[in-house]
Amino acid sequence: MNVQDIFDSMDYGPAPESAAEAQAWLDSHKRSFGHWIGGKWTKPGRTFASRNPADSKLLAKVSQATAKDVTAAVTSARNAQAAWAKDAKRRAQVLYAIARLIQKQSRLFAVLETLDNGKPIRESRDIDIPLVARHFYYHAGMAQLMDEELPDRAPLGVCGQIIPWNFPLLMLAWKVAPALAMGNTVVLKPAEYTSLTALLFADLSREAGVPPGVLNIVTGDGKVGEMIVGHKDIDKIAFTGSTSVGRRIREATAGSGKKLTLELGGKSPYIVFDDADIDSAIEGLVDAIWFNQGQVCCAGSRLLVQEGIAETFYSRLRRRMDGLRMGDPLDKCIDVGAVVDPVQLKTITDLVASSGGDIYQPETDLPENGCYYPPTLITGLSPADNLMQEEIFGPVLVGSTFRTPAEAVELANNTRYGLAATLWTENVNLALDVAPKLAAGVVWVNATNLFDAAAGFGGVRESGFGREGGWEGLLAYTKTRSASGAVAPIKPAPAPATAKAVDLDRTAKLFIGGKQARPDGGYSRAVWSPKGKLLGHAGLANRKDLRNAVEAMNAASSWGKTTGHLRAQILYYMGENLSARADEFAHRINDMTGKRGGKAEVEASIDRLFTWAAWADKHDGRAKGVPIRGIALAMNEPVGKIGAFAPDDAPLLGFVSIVAASMAMGNRLAIMGSEPYPLAATDFYQVLETSDVPNGVVNILTGSHAEIAPQMAGHMDIDAVWSFSSSDLSATIEREAAGNLKRTWVNNGKERDWSQASAREFLSAATEIKTVWVPYGE
Amino acid sequence: MNTVTEKAARSAVTTAQLPLAQEPRNPGMPLDMDWVRAVQANTSAIERRAASLPGRRSVKKEFQAAWLLKAITMIDLTTLAGDDTAGRVRRLCAKAASPVRQDILDALGMGPITTGAVCVYHDMIGIAVEALQGTGIPVAAVSTGFPAGLSPYPLRVAEIRESVKAGADEIDIVISRRHVLTGNWQALYDEMAEFRKACGDAHVKAILATGELGTLRNVARASLVCMMAGADFIKTSTGKESVNATLPVSLVMIRAIRAYHEATGYRVGYKPAGGISKAKDAVTYLTLLKDELGPRWLQPDLFRFGASSLLGDIERQLEHHVTGRYSAGYRHAMG
Repeated sequence: MNVQDIFDSMDYGPAPESAAEAQAWLDSHKRSFGHWIGGKWTKPGRTFASRNPADSKLLAKVSQATAKDVTAAVTSARNAQAAWAKDAKRRAQVLYAIARLIQKQSRLFAVLETLDNGKPIRESRDIDIPLVARHFYYHAGMAQLMDEELPDRAPLGVCGQIIPWNFPLLMLAWKVAPALAMGNTVVLKPAEYTSLTALLFADLSREAGVPPGVLNIVTGDGKVGEMIVGHKDIDKIAFTGSTSVGRRIREATAGSGKKLTLELGGKSPYIVFDDADIDSAIEGLVDAIWFNQGQVCCAGSRLLVQEGIAETFYSRLRRRMDGLRMGDPLDKCIDVGAVVDPVQLKTITDLVASSGGDIYQPETDLPENGCYYPPTLITGLSPADNLMQEEIFGPVLVGSTFRTPAEAVELANNTRYGLAATLWTENVNLALDVAPKLAAGVVWVNATNLFDAAAGFGGVRESGFGREGGWEGLLAYTKTRSASGAVAPIKPAPAPATAKAVDLDRTAKLFIGGKQARPDGGYSRAVWSPKGKLLGHAGLANRKDLRNAVEAMNAASSWGKTTGHLRAQILYYMGENLSARADEFAHRINDMTGKRGGKAEVEASIDRLFTWAAWADKHDGRAKGVPIRGIALAMNEPVGKIGAFAPDDAPLLGFVSIVAASMAMGNRLAIMGSEPYPLAATDFYQVLETSDVPNGVVNILTGSHAEIAPQMAGHMDIDAVWSFSSSDLSATIEREAAGNLKRTWVNNGKERDWSQASAREFLSAATEIKTVWVPYGE
Repeated sequence: MNTVTEKAARSAVTTAQLPLAQEPRNPGMPLDMDWVRAVQANTSAIERRAASLPGRRSVKKEFQAAWLLKAITMIDLTTLAGDDTAGRVRRLCAKAASPVRQDILDALGMGPITTGAVCVYHDMIGIAVEALQGTGIPVAAVSTGFPAGLSPYPLRVAEIRESVKAGADEIDIVISRRHVLTGNWQALYDEMAEFRKACGDAHVKAILATGELGTLRNVARASLVCMMAGADFIKTSTGKESVNATLPVSLVMIRAIRAYHEATGYRVGYKPAGGISKAKDAVTYLTLLKDELGPRWLQPDLFRFGASSLLGDIERQLEHHVTGRYSAGYRHAMG
């Protein structure tokens, strides 16, 4: 085409970004890489090809790590950790240097990322790499502040980190920056499709003064990931990737004592109300589902439009899709690049082919070679359609309609996932009403896919647990400094040879839905004092009693919407009513334990109720200083329905601590009382009954912890399980929790000092942080 | 003599710039308040779209040269100063007729081009018409008490008639901002409709003075009302407000034009004015237009830049394209 022709047609032409520097860097390594261990390259071992998905050309050969390589990396990380943990200010300087290096080599990183991953250069250049630098700056600051602001937190040790291929360097930054800032050392495995920017990062880390062993990068496929997950000398696993792999990691690490955070899949709703700025909402979809070819865990992939505007919305959306330009990802005038690999391309193609909906794909020119899939809209689907439920992980948007805000919320939450949600409305009342109701870790109001190091990111439900970014993200890379010994198992007092019955029978039942209930199985256990006195009987709860407790919790869902002020009053009242019966409770404890600590334990329990009454209206969220005109609100929401095993050693105080903390934060609870001393829990339901506690908020079960543990952890309608039992339940709970990826908080056989409220730990376990982004401006 | 016939006689070259030459003219429609009230404009989302656009679109090499040449044909070369004289206006007209050095055009393999129009105050219309005789370049006149639009209403209407009589092909009217700021959409509609009527066959550009409308929502609603009342073009600014054409404002107005076209089938033109002085900015505006409205709007009958210094920067860029060396302003003829 000559100038005159273009003048007439006004077409776009090629606008290629040069790949020369990135190719030269690959050449300088002879296009063959070993692992980065202990600050040095290993010799390439058995290698596999890393190809450019845009043209299938070989970029480099990357080594498949062996068990020996992984162990070498872990050992090197272990040896470097103590020294690295010593000097937070030095860590701040190193992280700052990394941030600067990312900026200084920003184009090299961006081009290499696009070559390796297939995402448009516009995205790697304008989004991924600037966010990488931002993450290191932010966490340089966290290292600088750690000694002052987090005096009771200590690093975890060696962190194994496994990251996906959709944002290769950005996910590295999200994992490495907080880990290093808090004094951990890392062994990181990039995805096998996209190892190259991690290797470039390793190569440049020398220039930032990262001490040998602090950062180790091993490459390879899922088998290498398994080796990291299973490695005995790793303290924490952080994984971002698919829900199915996340579930396997949960199972594999169960009972190991390894800390775990998972950032998994999603099918995030994108809700458009009829008063929205429709054109802006459509443009938002371009950034939601056609950003990075839709290969984004938090992609707004499930469009929900209010019925009255659906037709015009769809037709304008199709028109917008017609304008999307696909092609060479290195072209600066491209909207949609190549999907990462032929395998992924086939998955997307097959899923769309299986759909019964109304499929629209624009007549976009697709490059002949490479992994390209056109932007796709599928409308007319209902929640029952597979594609409305399954994550596609491609540039495919599925759409449905709703009638009312309540129905929008219901449809939005009709999913096993809970990563992100987007809503569009010009009505601030509607926006701020709907955002808290959405089951998601992140909500964007009138925007989508906004990210920042200061704002927590992470999901609920099967989208995983843990947050990345912000102060809350540091919890995933630190632990409390207190050390504790092993918890001693406590056996119930045995039945005496000659029994002495009570004068008048007292029947302790289960407490479900505000009612005293006989155990479904019709079995009870006699509770004896060590002196051989029969103290009463406690029901043996079975799985059906647990089921009933969960139904009762479901019926009490409005508890989560009550005000902290109301919950405080109820908790104070519980304290008051416990105080009124202090002697009775004290005697009971003394009778059961055969010790004399009852009075002190009751007093501590009343104090604990007051502490949690105090906290009920004070666990404030934060307004994050994110670099946009707007706010990112970190809101503390109740986890939901918690199942718990009370400690055996502090039968009242431990029980009350769990009840009060979860109630204070708006959770509902099904709690197993102390197994040897169950009557402290069953006596307590009379306190609940007299204290205006709504039915179903606290449900009390008694019986065998070991029998109920797999049932509770495996129940799909429970959001979290806590165990402080002296029975060895931790592995069972963590393994069974993999089913719906519920959060777990288990003692791993360690004792806990119940004389301390440990408010920070309980607050964090009893709440989920939801980040609500609200850009504003008129 | 009938002005239309006179104009036809005067234009040896096809006046491709004029909307009525190619497109059925927007006849307007009754004021639809339901539609006007339903219009929304989310400022931060619009700003994000505008901010990311230059990163999403890039035009290089011969494509860039062609796009810049096209931009020249869309410039309303403008002088609106109190010290304008006949000599100054003639000089501008000469530049409008030959906006790019011939050797540069030759090197690019391009035929002759002109700017989209010359834009002047009423008193300069006659001089401009005479100076542009035979070039096919229309004369646009700012009118209705430009820039504030606060002279007596009958005089504003009369001013339009006078300017049309004097030979202006295009009339750039200013709306009464107070009608927008007080939500008096009926008054805005009536005013615009009367201005349009006074223009007769001359086509009318409605200057919204967006920098004075307070919100993007107001910009969207005012755009719509003016189109309903028969505007051929909507234009951002007089160039005299403290904030003139911006990308976010342009995005809002362009989307209003798109919605109006979807609803009525009529294409209304767009003219950002003031503040666009760099070749790169011009290309960004063209990409915005192409992506949001479609390629049909990338012609001078539906798009104009109201600009005075933009041409100079484009000329330097074109010479750079031809020679591979950065150019200097004095190497190109003044307007």
